[in-house]
Amino acid sequence: MSDSSINLWRARMPAAFGPGPMQRGLRFLGLALFLAWFIGTLWYFDFSPTRLWNGLGGLGKIIVLMIPPSPGELWIEIMKGMAESVAMAFLGTFLAALVAIPLGFMGARNIVTVTLLRFSFRRVLDGMRGVDQLIWALAFVRAVGLGPLAGVLAIFISDIGILAKVYAEAIENAEKRQAEGVTAAGGGRLLGVRFGLLPQVAPVMLAQALYFFESNTRSASILGVVGAGGIGLQIAERIRVRHWDEVAFIIILMIITVAAIDWISGRIRRRLINA
Amino acid sequence: MQEAYASSLPAVIRGEEAFQAARRQKRNAALLGAAVVLVCLLLAGWVSEAHPATLWAGLPRIFEYFGRILPDLRWDALFASAETEGSIAFWFYRLPEWALLIMETANMAVLATLLGSAVSLLLAFPAARNIAPSDLIFNLTRRFLEALRTVPEIVYALIFVWAFGVGALAGILAIALHSAGANGKLFAEAIENADMKPWDGVTSAGGSWFAACRFAILPQVLPNFLSYLLLRFEINIRSASVIGFVGAGGIGEELYKVISFNYYEEISAIILLIILTVVSVDLLSERLRHAAIGRLEATR
Repeated sequence: MSDSSINLWRARMPAAFGPGPMQRGLRFLGLALFLAWFIGTLWYFDFSPTRLWNGLGGLGKIIVLMIPPSPGELWIEIMKGMAESVAMAFLGTFLAALVAIPLGFMGARNIVTVTLLRFSFRRVLDGMRGVDQLIWALAFVRAVGLGPLAGVLAIFISDIGILAKVYAEAIENAEKRQAEGVTAAGGGRLLGVRFGLLPQVAPVMLAQALYFFESNTRSASILGVVGAGGIGLQIAERIRVRHWDEVAFIIILMIITVAAIDWISGRIRRRLINA
Repeated sequence: MQEAYASSLPAVIRGEEAFQAARRQKRNAALLGAAVVLVCLLLAGWVSEAHPATLWAGLPRIFEYFGRILPDLRWDALFASAETEGSIAFWFYRLPEWALLIMETANMAVLATLLGSAVSLLLAFPAARNIAPSDLIFNLTRRFLEALRTVPEIVYALIFVWAFGVGALAGILAIALHSAGANGKLFAEAIENADMKPWDGVTSAGGSWFAACRFAILPQVLPNFLSYLLLRFEINIRSASVIGFVGAGGIGEELYKVISFNYYEEISAIILLIILTVVSVDLLSERLRHAAIGRLEATR
């Protein structure tokens, strides 16, 4: 193949000959910028090798001290904390699921037909969702004092936003025909919702609530770090006084509890959906 | 006609009885479920000290607190300078400082996502069932990733603050470690769904395991990985904004201070900034993710 035919092909399909000088330059520039940012941030956040090395050494010592995990003398407190976390998650999710049902109906397109009302309502829910649960917990600790009640309220408030949205979507996805059938048989609008809509969405709502209970058990176990009750308070205290073997015990207890809750709630959810 | 009706009557009665029995059974199951829930509820209320009386007493305090957090903006002074009370500038009078902290938080999230995902990228290949060198290695890496992601970030952060000292370093490492576990699983599942024909091609041409991973699997799953990485970044920006509560850097430290000292109006200002950051990151990352998925579709 002569040079001229190669040039012809190069002109015809430049992509087959690899990236051109322009593209290569851009790539190089992008890589250089990324590296500059990367090294700059590492320097800014003080990622010095000595600091990392010392930290890893400290971490190694902590891990050695963690073995064997031991419940310590105040193991009743730890168990109580774990029970408190699960109770917080249950109560918070239950209340949120209860309140989210009417809110979900209000946010659903096929129930509330006034667009402006529904739109602004949904934005309020979005705002509630944007705030992390830990921030809510901290605010409620200030408002109602230290203790599990603040945790319950934090879970309740942050879940309302998400659950109401999920419920609204479930209601929007429901079949219209059943409700129409009830209305055609002479039932009112309310009866249509009760017998035409609710039986369709109730299993979905219940399954979602259970799913949130699972995820809330996880988050309820750390809310105590900011003083909102539960096992988080115990683990933060143990870390403060460097009882690492008890810390390890609490972490293992947390993992087992979360796994057990997942298993139970998963079984109930599957039964609900099959039924 | 009459006879046929009479002979079918027992069937009707039996049907009716079966229907009533089924209904009774269903009602009993529902009642039992309700009773169990009620017992759990009472137990939970008792354990978490959420008595109706305390809840009732706390309600006005909650409204008072959230009322105080909200700024009093005045319409006539809304766009006045920072010296005028009731203006937005007065509300956000420490904006430059906070903007820096938000930038720091975002950088923490990016760095943690990249570091964590780099670890998951390395561990995802041995953790994928279809290409793992042996069952033992597959199980070991899978269990390791599981262990990484079951411990909450805040717990890592609490421990790392001890080991690495107070500051963003502890927070970044904590978020990175959790992300490594969470993304490792997703990456491995993406690899398990990859087409194995390129793999066979590379290995039959004499390519090593690493070469096959690099040239047969990676090009297929890269858009997927990119999409998961961005999704993780959205999650991590939320975590990075609160990980400062335990002294691990970012805007969280400032928020914790402001809430502890009851600087009411500053609380709402910082929370608003965090919400704005989170929402804008979500929007940006959604567009980027759609672009990544678009590339995925184009390669197929």
